[in-house]
Amino acid sequence: MSDKILYSYTGIFDTPDEIIHAAEKTSEYGFKKYDVHTPYPLHGMNKAMKLPPSKLGYVALVVGLSGALAALLLMFWMSAVDYPIIIGGKPFFSFPAYVPVMFEVTVLSASIATVLTMLFIFFKLPNNAHPLHDTDYMKKVSSNKYGISIQAEDEKFNEEQVKIFLTGLGAKEITAVYYDNDEINHKHKILEPKFIGFLLFTALLTSGVSYFVLNKLLYMPPFDWMMEQDKLNPQATSTVFADGFGMREPVEGTISRGHLPYLFKGQPEAAEINLANPLPFTKPVLEMGQKKFDTFCSPCHGYHGEGDSRLRGQFPNPPSLHSEKIRNWKDGRIFHVITDGQNVIPSYSSQMTTEERWAVVNYIRVLQRALNAKESDLK
Amino acid sequence: MSSSHNVEYQKKELPAKIRTIGLVLFIIGLIGVTASYFTDSSRSAFNNIIMLSFLTSVGLGSLFLVAVEYVAGAVWSTPFRRIPEFLSTILLVLPVVVIPLLFKLGDIFHWMHPEVVEADKVLKGKAPYLNVEFFMVRVVLFILLWILFYYFITRTSKKQDSTFDPSLTKKNIKLSAAFIPVFGITISFFAFDWLMSLEPHWFSTIFGVYYFSGSILAAFAAVTFVVVMLNENGYLVKGLTNDHYYSLGAFMFAFTNFWAYIAFSQFLLIWYANLPEETFWFLQRWEGNWIYYTIGLIFVRFAIPYFGLLSQPSKMEPKRLKIMSVWLLFAHWYDLYWLAMPNYSKDGILFSWIEIAFPVLSVGIVILLFVQLSKKNNLVAIGDPKLKRGIDFRL
Ligand code: HEC
Repeated sequence: MSDKILYSYTGIFDTPDEIIHAAEKTSEYGFKKYDVHTPYPLHGMNKAMKLPPSKLGYVALVVGLSGALAALLLMFWMSAVDYPIIIGGKPFFSFPAYVPVMFEVTVLSASIATVLTMLFIFFKLPNNAHPLHDTDYMKKVSSNKYGISIQAEDEKFNEEQVKIFLTGLGAKEITAVYYDNDEINHKHKILEPKFIGFLLFTALLTSGVSYFVLNKLLYMPPFDWMMEQDKLNPQATSTVFADGFGMREPVEGTISRGHLPYLFKGQPEAAEINLANPLPFTKPVLEMGQKKFDTFCSPCHGYHGEGDSRLRGQFPNPPSLHSEKIRNWKDGRIFHVITDGQNVIPSYSSQMTTEERWAVVNYIRVLQRALNAKESDLK
Repeated sequence: MSSSHNVEYQKKELPAKIRTIGLVLFIIGLIGVTASYFTDSSRSAFNNIIMLSFLTSVGLGSLFLVAVEYVAGAVWSTPFRRIPEFLSTILLVLPVVVIPLLFKLGDIFHWMHPEVVEADKVLKGKAPYLNVEFFMVRVVLFILLWILFYYFITRTSKKQDSTFDPSLTKKNIKLSAAFIPVFGITISFFAFDWLMSLEPHWFSTIFGVYYFSGSILAAFAAVTFVVVMLNENGYLVKGLTNDHYYSLGAFMFAFTNFWAYIAFSQFLLIWYANLPEETFWFLQRWEGNWIYYTIGLIFVRFAIPYFGLLSQPSKMEPKRLKIMSVWLLFAHWYDLYWLAMPNYSKDGILFSWIEIAFPVLSVGIVILLFVQLSKKNNLVAIGDPKLKRGIDFRL
């Protein structure tokens, strides 16, 4: 016995009333380091043991509020800053739409944090060894008895007195519990093969089940009913139309909103004579022109229109936009090249609106003027 | 009168002071309400609707709490079940509260004018439901049903005080089970009739639940306030603990959240869909100085009680419970005002002695009723077989 270290003295009771009474007396006596074990939670035990309110609630509060804030920032960043898309005609920053997300994240983060804190901080996982494990006492209190265990660490602990005290309470089977030497020697058995094996097994099981559900189960009836609906998916063939195309062309003679048919297809000269640039040289127009030029034209023509293609010879290098010829072209002619294409340069009419194309023309004029400034510009 | 079930309960008269307070409030309120009807009868009628909805909330909500206790076999609330039983007596007053409204129906409800309905496609479509005859049938039928259930359920409960007959509990379970679906349907249609149809073009399918959530909260608040007051002064059975208080506090907290959940759901769907025939109701409450009132609603009805009742100790501290329950009753009135008043005063918030007279009268009525009932009856259901277990209830 001398080489064993005492952990606690335990006593067993038969009824919930007795154990509550015992807990009351134990806390009254002044013991601090003791614990009560019952097969199920007992009403009124907190009070009997004079336990202070649990601090776990604060974890839930702080993490929950952080979750709400994180969700708000996430939604704000995604939908108002990083990738603003208009949804349902709402402003990019639409608080009401974020509330459900914030609510979910609050609940999720608070509950996960509460459980993890409970397991890892309050229950001290992964330390899964405890002197009371595998004792006769633990077997009883986890089936139909109620027990109390007063620890040797307690300041008021005195072996003889504790025995007398427990007897006085009416406890049965008063026994001493010792630390297990093995347990003391390696407390954190986190690398134990059994534990690792269990982790592996769980990982395999969850990934296997997820794989099965996502890749197989969802494609079996009745789970695939959602996917197989009586409607045409984009790009799918159709048995309704004679030509077999699921996607239809617009009705002949109609034009889509915001688009005017181009009247000078293949007629650059006519375009040059007949088209007038409707846009003024203002800052917003030029900014739009620059943005579009840098996006659509600069890969081949270079940021300054000098023909310094960044395509490393994979496409014929275009001529400079500063040539005498182009400087003398009317705006309508440049517009025509953008709209209708010229030899290898394709049409940009589907990428840019009419207005944006004119803005690019204005921007090209600015670039030209910058390299070929007039006398008067220097004044 | 100490019962044989070894429960300590001594029936005591409530102090005369309470009756005096009730009487004073009642008289002031009655004078105010009468004067207001002579000053501005339409505005008074809208206030009267708020009062009707408020009293229905507390009275009918209390009866619902009683019924739920029976059906669920709950024991924790048995020691003070008499309190909601008493409060449900408010249902007897409803016919009187409705009467002045019957003279003003045309002023309140747009859809009651045949020529208006004739010229309005939407109202024409709703006419099979929204017409004077059917409306009157519902008003009478609902109040009648409520009073009948009130009468039978409370009578059975009182009878048990002297007979100690456990089979009476069985009988009340059956009555309660019949009452609950009736309650669910009638309270929804009551809300549609009196509050939603003030703006007959507007509709919200969740509106009944909205009124239900507020009503149960109001009933819980009223019960909590009375229980804490009576218990602190020793009028209830001995042995009520923090666990009982905590349960009441937790329910107030839970229904505060439930109300916010429902209110937000209603708003979110309408906001998202953005259909003009639905959004205008909110826009009306967002115009002029109504916007402050609407934003205030979030704080008055949700944020303040939420944080006031969030922590565990605050749900059992008597002082906090009293403050929060009175606050929640105020918040319910505030909410009902928000539902009804913007339909009358589109330009902005109305507040004067008229708006004070109606709540004063309501409180006076409830106090007088309570005092009257407590004279003849026990404040505790001493014959209930669940009483002892209810007192021993621990969380
Ligand atoms: C894929 C590379 C490429 C892109 C992108 C491109 N171009 Fe060109 N561009 C060319 C080539 C190559 C030519 C010479 C075509 C030819 O042989 O006539 C050309 C010719 C032109 C000409 C006529 C020059 C001349 O001397 O005849 C103009 C004007 C012009 N591009 C403007 C633009 C504008 C404006 C954009 C942006 C909307 C643009 N290009 C985008 C490759 C490109």
